[in-house]
Amino acid sequence: MDLDQEATAAVNEDLIAEILEAYPTKAKKNRQKHLGVAQPAADDDPAAGATCNMPKSNVRSVPGVMTIRGCAYAGSKGVVWGPIKDTVHISHGPVGCGHYSWGQRRNYYTGTTGVDSFVTMQFTTDFQEKDIVFGGDKKLGKTIDEITALFPLAQGVSIQSECPIGLIGDDIEAVARQKKAETGKPVIPVRCEGFRGVSQSLGHHIANDAIRDWVLEGGDEPAGAVEPGPYAINVLGDYNIGGDAWASRMLLEEMGLEVVGNWSGDATLAEVARAPKAKLNLIHCYRSMNYICRYMEEKHGIPWMEYNFFGPSQIAASLRAIAARFDETIQANAEAVIAKYQPMVDGVVAKYRPRLEGKSVMLYVGGLRPRHVVTAYEDLGMVISGTGYEFGHGDDYKRTGAHVQPGTLIYDDVTGYELEKFIERLRPDLVGSGIKEKYPVQKMGIPFRQMHSWDYSGPYHGYDGFAIFARDMDLAINNPVWSLFDAPWTEAA
Amino acid sequence: MSKLRQIAFYGKGGIGKSTTSQNTLAALVELDQRILIVGCDPKADSTRLILNAKAQGTVLHLAAEMGSVEDLELEDVMRTGYKGIQCVESGGPEPGVGCAGRGVITAINFLEENGAYDDVDYVCYDVLGDVVCGGFAMPIRENKAQEIYIVMSGEMMALYAANNISKGILKYANSGGVRLGGLICNERQTDREVELAEALAARLGSKLIHFVPRDNVVQHAELRRMTVMQYAPESQQAAEYRALAEKIHANSGQGVVPTPITMEELEEMLMEFGVMQSEEDRLAALAAADAAAAAEAVPA
Repeated sequence: MDLDQEATAAVNEDLIAEILEAYPTKAKKNRQKHLGVAQPAADDDPAAGATCNMPKSNVRSVPGVMTIRGCAYAGSKGVVWGPIKDTVHISHGPVGCGHYSWGQRRNYYTGTTGVDSFVTMQFTTDFQEKDIVFGGDKKLGKTIDEITALFPLAQGVSIQSECPIGLIGDDIEAVARQKKAETGKPVIPVRCEGFRGVSQSLGHHIANDAIRDWVLEGGDEPAGAVEPGPYAINVLGDYNIGGDAWASRMLLEEMGLEVVGNWSGDATLAEVARAPKAKLNLIHCYRSMNYICRYMEEKHGIPWMEYNFFGPSQIAASLRAIAARFDETIQANAEAVIAKYQPMVDGVVAKYRPRLEGKSVMLYVGGLRPRHVVTAYEDLGMVISGTGYEFGHGDDYKRTGAHVQPGTLIYDDVTGYELEKFIERLRPDLVGSGIKEKYPVQKMGIPFRQMHSWDYSGPYHGYDGFAIFARDMDLAINNPVWSLFDAPWTEAA
Repeated sequence: MSKLRQIAFYGKGGIGKSTTSQNTLAALVELDQRILIVGCDPKADSTRLILNAKAQGTVLHLAAEMGSVEDLELEDVMRTGYKGIQCVESGGPEPGVGCAGRGVITAINFLEENGAYDDVDYVCYDVLGDVVCGGFAMPIRENKAQEIYIVMSGEMMALYAANNISKGILKYANSGGVRLGGLICNERQTDREVELAEALAARLGSKLIHFVPRDNVVQHAELRRMTVMQYAPESQQAAEYRALAEKIHANSGQGVVPTPITMEELEEMLMEFGVMQSEEDRLAALAAADAAAAAEAVPA
């Protein structure tokens, strides 16, 4: 740790201690284990980043605090299953969960909505009192019949369970088997009741398991079968927010790889089903899809690797690491791709770095971006002063160490109070988090970008994404509105 | 009009709650009381003897047929039976699906909102088996039954269930004012049954309100879908039910907050009455039997 880092660490540790004082003893003891400061890397090598071992993560939030987490249904329907475009996803239960998740995240897709694609549509069994009392199996069956009749191009149906399904013990698996036999299309039951687990993270796992049990091991030869060549890969954990997957896919294809499946942004059910035929699995969002990677490795012998397409440093490093898994042709192509985009990268950096140099950023996102976007900011000369996950696990925090500097503030499942206090005291030049955090932060006079949805912008992945990312951060930070923030009469005469 | 009294019968499944409650209410009607029975069991057999008919249409089934409970009228679900006793069944799903507990809540809310409790002196809830979830505790929650009568016998599991139900009553005693009215023992001819029932009642801080002897006339009446009061009004058993009805009628406001005991205490109590052997006694008995067998096996 250099002297600056030591000073930062000391300030941050004092700040944590001060903030914890507001809690009752029990809550204080609990929250203490979720807040910390990145420590020097084991060998104190500045190039190795830091060590980031959060003592506690992926545990229940403290009752009474404002947590920013979601639920298992959000993890399954909202993240993993929802973007699969040619499949109808039924929100099975009362109408609220479906209504408030209507429209999905910004998972871009091609296709004709309502004809062969259904991502932004909403299907629900709309439980009434009698469905709770007498069970909802029949209504679910009828809903699937109606979907089959109304949307003949739908390639399958997934059943996303809301809380009451688990409480009343509806046998959705039996309905799924029966309707699959009747319609000849896959019907996938997902037991993602919201009360299960401590956050949306368990929903990702349950959704992965449902893909494993009902799609990959479903026993069907997938429709539109392809015989993948030697360069066939799957991209997992790219949800195509604002077109992210498209900006990534073009780079992979330019270097000669054949992307046979992208999970699950802009995905078809067939490309999910045929995934085990690929030679390599690339995983972007490790948190939400590592489970299925491990399964395909064990069952089908497909190796998998993490990569990062945020910012030119990580993109180049990832392209080289991916190419190293293939032959010299691919490796040469990778260099060619990097060289091709370098002038564009140089142009972007030349334009924006002078405007962003030295600006500090605090992040609070889901399960991947708190570490994955760090280097993209650093490519623009910016500094990360704090970062944390809504639903990261221990392995996510371990991986975070490589991306941050010693002394960086780290917060897990941060509460509304803590985040507000951290921002108030550190006063970063930019906060990157979600819609619930956006307006309070802006009211504090601090620029903000949504780092879940890209604030109606994007893509941020790939070289094209980096240009948009740089522009968006500049737009937020250097927006002239901030010069009007202080009332004229409070300024010195 | 006298103040509405709300009572409920609970007890282990198969103990004779429905039979006892219907016979008792048929006796209570002789005391010029206007009575409404609310059956809270998906089997919907709480009013069969009063209506002399197979299970009536239930609140939940009719509501499901019509679309929702809001589409239902009180007269759709209310039937009048023996000597003007009003009968309603909540109904519920077939075994193994849905949520019967939610059904009970829905049905009781419907009855209250639609004025089913106006113009009666007694509302009597007949609830299935055990208080397995919040729904089946509905009748003992706020502003519902004031007194609970637990139907039990000298059998171990019936005593266990009685104690468990007392725990449920205790839970809601402070918030809702529900009280334990007393125990009703249906004779099963177990060892020292009356003493055991009285002992449990004492431990619960309550009393054995009546011991109903076993009599085959109950079975005869039941096969004819009648209460004993209707089938054999002059029988000894009818007199027993009259006695029970009078005791319950006189028991208004006499209920207590029960003091349930632990499983260990319950087992100790059973041993005290010789129903259950202690482990030492059991081993001693086994050893004695073995010794006797060995002695016989030795050739003379």
